[in-house]
Amino acid sequence: MLDYGPDAILMAGLDGANWRLADYEKRGGYEALRKLLADQVPPERVIAEVKKSALRGRGGAGFPTGLKWSFMPRQFPGAKYMVCNSDEGEPGTCKDRDLLRYNPHSVIEGMIIAGYATGSTAGYNYIHGEIWALYEQFEEAIEEARRAGYLGRDILGSAFSFEVYAHPGFGAYICGEETGLLESIEGKKGQPRFKPPFPASFGLYGKPTTVNNTETFAAVPWIMRHGGDAFLNLGRPNNGGTKLFSVTGHVARPGNYEVRLGTPFARLLEMAGGTRAGKRLKAVIPGGSSMPVLPADVMLATDMDYDSIAKAGSMLGSGAVIVMDETTCMVRALERLSYFYFEESCGQCTPCREGTGWLYRVVHRIETGRGRAEDLALLDNVSDNIAGRTICALGDAAALPVKSFLKHFRHEFEHHIEHRSCLVSGPDSEPKWGRAGAHLPPAMARAA
Amino acid sequence: MSELNLEIDGRAVAVPPGATVMDAAVKLGIYVPHFCYHRKLSIAANCRMCLVEVERAPKPLPACATPATDGMKVRTNSAGAKSAQQGVMEFLLINHPLDCPICDQGGECQLQDLAVGYGKSASRFEEDKRVVPAKDIGPLVAAEEMSRCIQCTRCVRFGQEIAGVMELGMIHRGEHAEIVAFVGRTVDSELSGNMIDLCPVGALTSKPFRFAARTWELARRKSISPHCGLGSNLVVQVKQNRVKRVLPLENEAVNECWLSDKDRYSYEALESGERLTRPMLKDHGQWREVDWPQALERVAAELTKAAGSVGILATPHSTLEELYLAGRLAQALGGSADFRLRQSDFSGDAKRGGIPWLGMPVANLDGLDRVLVVGSFLRKDHPLLAQRLRQAAKRGCRVNVLHSVDDDWLMPIANRKIVPPSELLEALRGVNGTPIGESLRSGRNVAVLLGNFAQQHPQAAQLQAAAQALGYPIGFLGEAANSVGGYLAGLPVGGNAASALGHKALVLLNAEPELDCADPQTAGQALERAQFVVALGAFRPARDGADVLLPIAPFAETAGTFVSTEGRIQSFHPAVRPAGDARPAWKVLRVLGNLAGVAGFDYETLEQVREACLRGKDLAALLSNRIDLAASPAAPAPQGLQRIAEVPIHFADALVRRAPSLQKTRDAQPPRAWMNARLMQQLGVSAGQPVLIRQGSGEARLAAALDDRLPEGCVRVPAAHASTAGLGAMFGTLGVQAVAVGKAA
Ligand SMILES: Cc1cc2nc3c(=O)[nH]c(=O)nc-3n(C[C@H](O)[C@H](O)[C@H](O)COP(=O)(O)O)c2cc1C
Ligand code: SF4
Ligand code: FES
Repeated sequence: MLDYGPDAILMAGLDGANWRLADYEKRGGYEALRKLLADQVPPERVIAEVKKSALRGRGGAGFPTGLKWSFMPRQFPGAKYMVCNSDEGEPGTCKDRDLLRYNPHSVIEGMIIAGYATGSTAGYNYIHGEIWALYEQFEEAIEEARRAGYLGRDILGSAFSFEVYAHPGFGAYICGEETGLLESIEGKKGQPRFKPPFPASFGLYGKPTTVNNTETFAAVPWIMRHGGDAFLNLGRPNNGGTKLFSVTGHVARPGNYEVRLGTPFARLLEMAGGTRAGKRLKAVIPGGSSMPVLPADVMLATDMDYDSIAKAGSMLGSGAVIVMDETTCMVRALERLSYFYFEESCGQCTPCREGTGWLYRVVHRIETGRGRAEDLALLDNVSDNIAGRTICALGDAAALPVKSFLKHFRHEFEHHIEHRSCLVSGPDSEPKWGRAGAHLPPAMARAA
Repeated sequence: MSELNLEIDGRAVAVPPGATVMDAAVKLGIYVPHFCYHRKLSIAANCRMCLVEVERAPKPLPACATPATDGMKVRTNSAGAKSAQQGVMEFLLINHPLDCPICDQGGECQLQDLAVGYGKSASRFEEDKRVVPAKDIGPLVAAEEMSRCIQCTRCVRFGQEIAGVMELGMIHRGEHAEIVAFVGRTVDSELSGNMIDLCPVGALTSKPFRFAARTWELARRKSISPHCGLGSNLVVQVKQNRVKRVLPLENEAVNECWLSDKDRYSYEALESGERLTRPMLKDHGQWREVDWPQALERVAAELTKAAGSVGILATPHSTLEELYLAGRLAQALGGSADFRLRQSDFSGDAKRGGIPWLGMPVANLDGLDRVLVVGSFLRKDHPLLAQRLRQAAKRGCRVNVLHSVDDDWLMPIANRKIVPPSELLEALRGVNGTPIGESLRSGRNVAVLLGNFAQQHPQAAQLQAAAQALGYPIGFLGEAANSVGGYLAGLPVGGNAASALGHKALVLLNAEPELDCADPQTAGQALERAQFVVALGAFRPARDGADVLLPIAPFAETAGTFVSTEGRIQSFHPAVRPAGDARPAWKVLRVLGNLAGVAGFDYETLEQVREACLRGKDLAALLSNRIDLAASPAAPAPQGLQRIAEVPIHFADALVRRAPSLQKTRDAQPPRAWMNARLMQQLGVSAGQPVLIRQGSGEARLAAALDDRLPEGCVRVPAAHASTAGLGAMFGTLGVQAVAVGKAA
């Protein structure tokens, strides 16, 4: 049996091989859908149930899912779409991969129910290209569902028709941004769209569209089977249900853990085996690399739910918990992160295209002993000039880490600048992947 | 829906629903700095220069993309807005070369201008700047300095949305993003030069103009394009009496803010080595330069000698005043004059209700919801009229085509019928009941437009009558700058372009008969037969058929008037002095009239000529596309292969033929003999193989090319090119024969 922790509901009863339709049905799968269709539950009731469950989007922003569905125009002639975001590009996040790998039908059933609730005609699952085998497996799962009558025309003899298609991505982080993702499905370069209009009014192929994360969809069948209240009660008010956390970094047992929202961080850390022997916890990025970093003491006093982490000064994001112990040089950690955003910026809007490169180069300079006294103020100010001024949230994602690293670990940066050396020396400070920027194109590497 | 009321910088404004904050600011005359926004292009919202503060919005919002809402309060120059704009300006500048003094765009650069207002005096960016490799995207647009690009994507959107073809795109991500043409290709759109105007920085510049002058050294003179019937408004930029550049003069009713490449780059021909700068006489087969009095006296004497039989052939690119004097001269001397050199059917001449014209203002094309274009190489013959229809099509206009070729107009075509030239008339008569007829019937604002090919067709008058019989408004896409003006000048006089060739003395005005006439062979024979030929032209003719050459001042060196296809009378002044001893043709014609003793030819100014020409004429009342013509039976199907001849865009007139950069474009590649696969098979030729084209007494050797959309039994062999100048009529039959490869020519 795969062990995601005692509170697991999405990942309960999985052994790594029982992903097929028959196994899923044995676990009670597709019961929710059957019941909905048999009882002809009005779509609004489904949305109301999801609202009651306080399910919040698992893709990053934590937006209430039921509310999002209610934005889909009811009386719209023609196609409407549900899109599942399995691009999972946020550094540290690897939960959607497990969901697709071990429990793909929960995602399919969730999409069908969402399609029913919003009157959509088809769903697309956009799966990042690095997990090609899972993309193919998902195609197989769709085929199983189709053959069993869960997909296609007049599902299970009802008047509801719905199709699901899988669509591979090819490894661009920006294609996880929902409108970049829509462009990519349409066969265009994955560049985010300016909003408004929002996808609910002008989405895929210009039709009303809702984009939800894989885990968001996977939670829907459970909610419909056990009721919104039951889901809500697993977590906390406004933070319903369980959540998969991808715990990575300096822990003894990195991996995915499913816990109730509101679980203390200390408990989650314990499940992951705690920090490595003899090392003290230094900092945690609680929600994926785009979210602000928090110092150990703040994290150890925080519970893992959207509101508690927001109160602590960060965001729950995608649930990627990046744990750093005392051996981590925060300058190098930020250099690595900034390099990521620099390389992944789609390049269409000025502050992000120009600013991410600037941030990276300054942090890189500091890390390599060429920092200047005025650099920290510069980093702060450049971050401010990016955040909130871009087409999509990648700009914020690049700026927030910089600001938070400077806020909480300023002394390490100052030390680097003043002494041209690292405050945290130790064998572990050399990251496995080598220095960020090592694979810049030749012209740039020379510049760097 | 009712208007939205909002407030910008404390001033109230009302805009219609759907308007943006930028629209509202423009309405108030408030300038919001911007780069990617352009009123003719879709909204990209990528430069972020237009960030403004909106009350209750947590972040600054881009004015260009933010919908105006009722009760909105916007600040474009509050501290918050300013700081956002300055932040963006800093980002734009960090990787932009700050070497304005050596940049071709310096002095007319939006980035430079805005940097003055929103930039700082020193840079905080101390890293190395990005370097973007130069690109070669063709002979017209220079992409040598792509490090200057600010990724606003205006050029990309122009291609996609205005030119109708995406020839530039942005590859790669983030800082590596680059504007490129498709791998290994160039930018070939006939509208490509507009990208230069749109580029707010010095990334895309004019290849011929690059580093030739600074914008502040240039005098700006208004002018009118001498090429197609649209009459694009121009700004001719001059330095030290030389035309350095031509730019569009914005006129929403005519060319909007665009120019075709032909209009933009043909000025280069003014400095062609083929310019005729001295009068020349042929004595015993030898050319020698003479002075004006000598040349004029000789011409006047010869014309007087031939009195009663003087034929004047003027191109429709001549000015109204020139054509008027030409007509009067023919009248006075006895003979005929015409400007419709490429037309071959004059049976409608006495039957027409007035001057054939577009039938509506150009701007009304925008509002058509159904249109049938008959016999037109629309995109190449009228690049900007095509652009108008492209935009109309985008708004739902259904464009139908009846033609002998199926070229890509880069717009959705609702229905097309492609027939051999000999079947064009029958096809037009039978339109009702076909999908094209159905399409027209379902429209509320319908027009049938007859293109150059239809006007040059041997049954042009019948085509007009057939178009009229459909019952919709009809219009002519005027071939040249003065296709309407020629009629207004009183031409034709004493016959027509075909009969004029029969006279003893021939006067050629701007015309190169082997390239400009409907049938180069008969024109050539007429020249040989004539006792005397005088050519008034700006260039030395390629073919030596004249006895006297008189150098006249072409476009930009002379004043005059063009009457566009929509009946817009547009006069212009010279931008520069004529080259060498060249003289304005109207003066030359006037002196010839004086010397030949023509009465009442004492005009002292161009204005007097114009006045005399227009006196008592009400153009609006003269314009009419009505024709009273009994339907004649269609001509019998010709025996043999039918020729389909277009006039390639960059060979249409003497000026453009000699514009060097245009001659390097794809559009100026030598003509080929296009056939469909079946014909190729029948003839046993394959694409690329040389074939011998025989027509009448002449032949041409061309490469065969495949176009499977051509109708049966037709070969597309362009006219107006030296390589096909020996052939016969543009419409007619010809023979094609494979040339054994390896056999000596
Ligand atoms: C740069 C960027 C990358 C993103 N990547 C992902 C992703 O990989 N997976 C995902 O579910 N959401 C991602 N998002 C968030 C999506 O835009 C979107 O908010 C989400 O898919 C909505 O689903 P939810 O409401 O279920 O959370 C990303 C957002 C940004 C700005
Ligand atoms: S913020 Fe960055 S990633 Fe997002 S649209 Fe702008 S350039 Fe592209
Ligand atoms: S002009 Fe508005 S974002 Fe560029």
